[in-house]
Amino acid sequence: MKNIKISFLVLLAFVFVFNACKDDEKTETVTGFGSVEIEFDNQAGDKSLVLGNTYKTAFGDTVKFTTFNYYISNIVFGKADGTTYTVPKNESYFLCKQDDETTRAITIDNVPAGDYTTLSFVVGVDSAKSVSAIGERTGVLDPATGASGMYWSWNSGYIFVKVEGTSPAAPLDAGSGERIFQYHTGLFGGYNSTTLNNLKTIKLTAPDEAAEVRENHEAPHFHLYVDVLQMFTSPTNISIAENPYSHSGAYSKTVADNYADMFIIDHVHNH
Amino acid sequence: MKKLLLFSWFLTLLLLQACNKDENTKTSFQGIVLPANYPAPVYDLSQNPVTEAGFTLGKRLFYERLLSRDTTISCGDCHISYAAFSHPDHATSHGIDNLFGKRNAPAIQNMLWSPTFFWDGGVPNLDLVPLNAIQNPVEMDETPAHVLEKLRNHPAYPGLFKAAYGTDEINTARFLQALSQFMGMLVSANSPYNQYVRKEPGAVLSVEGLAGLEVFTAKCATCHSGALLTDYQFHNNGILDDFSQDQGRFEISTFQEDIGKFKTPSLHNVAVTDPYMHNGKFKTLRSVLDHYSSGVKDSPTLDPRLRQADGTLGIPLSAEEKNYLIAFLNSLTDEDFLRDVRFAE
Ligand code: HEC
Ligand code: HEC
Repeated sequence: MKNIKISFLVLLAFVFVFNACKDDEKTETVTGFGSVEIEFDNQAGDKSLVLGNTYKTAFGDTVKFTTFNYYISNIVFGKADGTTYTVPKNESYFLCKQDDETTRAITIDNVPAGDYTTLSFVVGVDSAKSVSAIGERTGVLDPATGASGMYWSWNSGYIFVKVEGTSPAAPLDAGSGERIFQYHTGLFGGYNSTTLNNLKTIKLTAPDEAAEVRENHEAPHFHLYVDVLQMFTSPTNISIAENPYSHSGAYSKTVADNYADMFIIDHVHNH
Repeated sequence: MKKLLLFSWFLTLLLLQACNKDENTKTSFQGIVLPANYPAPVYDLSQNPVTEAGFTLGKRLFYERLLSRDTTISCGDCHISYAAFSHPDHATSHGIDNLFGKRNAPAIQNMLWSPTFFWDGGVPNLDLVPLNAIQNPVEMDETPAHVLEKLRNHPAYPGLFKAAYGTDEINTARFLQALSQFMGMLVSANSPYNQYVRKEPGAVLSVEGLAGLEVFTAKCATCHSGALLTDYQFHNNGILDDFSQDQGRFEISTFQEDIGKFKTPSLHNVAVTDPYMHNGKFKTLRSVLDHYSSGVKDSPTLDPRLRQADGTLGIPLSAEEKNYLIAFLNSLTDEDFLRDVRFAE
């Protein structure tokens, strides 16, 4: 009888402790706001991308890149429980350029503290912003300055992804005397009638640890790999000889479908 | 006594003069006067209210050759006021380095009502139009950023921007919106036809003009529709059957069915906006009418209205109907607009 009583007590204690544990977990919910860094680390296959170095596409073309720029917008962080934090729209436009390292690591402030396991964003400039009044297009969206080279003035809209380079497979360009290829992809669906829509929303999941955002703590770091060679393959192997240029034509859909899978989270780094 | 009389005469004269002067300087800035017979504008004027200083700045920019790479060409060189801001005698535009574009410079008038700009509708907002002209290698071949730089370093522009916007900051939006203020002011609505539509006292169309209006309503106004005489849609009106030089709307939409379609132009002031069509193919209104009646070329995207039930192409027009139509088209000329000194260089 005594034994039973004791074991009952032990059980009770267990339950208590267990519950306490659970409670503890609950009350550990963090509060406040912190920052997150996202690094866009451009790659060419399994190598770090270096402008001017030689690489091979899936089709077999030898390529050297001179430009690799893209817009990232509408960033959303997600937690394991499915809840999300959407970065305020107007603070959510970035233009990453391979030739300007400072543009490839971005910091988002005022993110509610928490453990974030997913990251989603739009490649390009969403349609609402693409049709907004000129006064609302500042910074990297200013067509005359920040967006210089990334804006089509004859088919009003931003170039979402710009990839340029040289390849023996490309035709000779009379102006430069080089064999150049150019893939400028834009088109957000049109202003007052439908056109192609090449906007891509990318959803990525952190491979192992979550990004732990805490108040007064160094920002965790999403380290993304962006593989430019993915633009030349999956689903379609691009032959540079056949399609050396793509701008606002129908082929841009092929290019956009290809680059939709060029982003992965390589790792998350918590400090 | 005589002296006093003379003096009082002198005084009245002076007063009269003063009065006169007052009246002169008092011709206060009218802003945009929306014509009673036009619909509500498409351009959002509340985003960019037109002021006298803004208009003055916009006008100066429109005629400013600094906007081009080598300071040789202004907007006003291709868009000339007495031709309703089109480019007379130029089938296709003639720009920097004597380079020719592939398209005819259209009139700039009643832009506030236009939902899209350019023959292919590639630009959806008046504010964004100048970016194209400035950057186009065969037009001004300059970067907008460099234009802003040149304006900032100019002795007069910071002051003009300050007058228009309160501070002397020169940025993209201010620059573009000043140009829009000038172009927005270019409202043409005082042709004999417009006065007739508004039933203004004394407004009459000739007998031929009235007969022409009837033909026009029956045979042309499905595309050249409404008060602005355009549906702002894109059609292939059969001037070509090979569009490899210029594919029109297709270049924007990428849809096969848009190959060879171009925006219906407004016909206000059409008598002075020659040469006609996106490629400046026709020099006279008569040749345009001959085209519609007997020159229409077939291609897969030809507008069905230019294909008769029996398979013949074009719009049947008798010689008489053509004369009437020409009388009507001539009644669309708004002399007040073409001679308005507020707009001329
Ligand atoms: C070299 C001649 C040239 C110059 C300089 C030029 N334009 Fe034009 N403009 C054109 C041509 C040609 C078109 C038609 C282009 C097209 O449809 O692709 C055009 C079209 C336009 C239109 C569209 C009209 C419509 O109904 O669609 C506007 C507005 C306009 N220009 C304003 C300007 C302004 C403002 C400037 C100066 C910043 C300017 N242009 C400079 C030749 C010129
Ligand atoms: C199916 C639609 C349609 C019909 C019907 C039509 N037009 Fe047009 N019109 C157009 C289009 C589109 C253009 C421009 C085509 C281009 O440049 O490629 C045009 C151009 C013109 C122009 C040249 C204007 C300029 O500034 O270059 C004139 C003039 C004209 N039309 C008069 C007429 C008359 C008169 C009729 C009736 C007999 C008529 N149109 C019937 C669609 C139409």
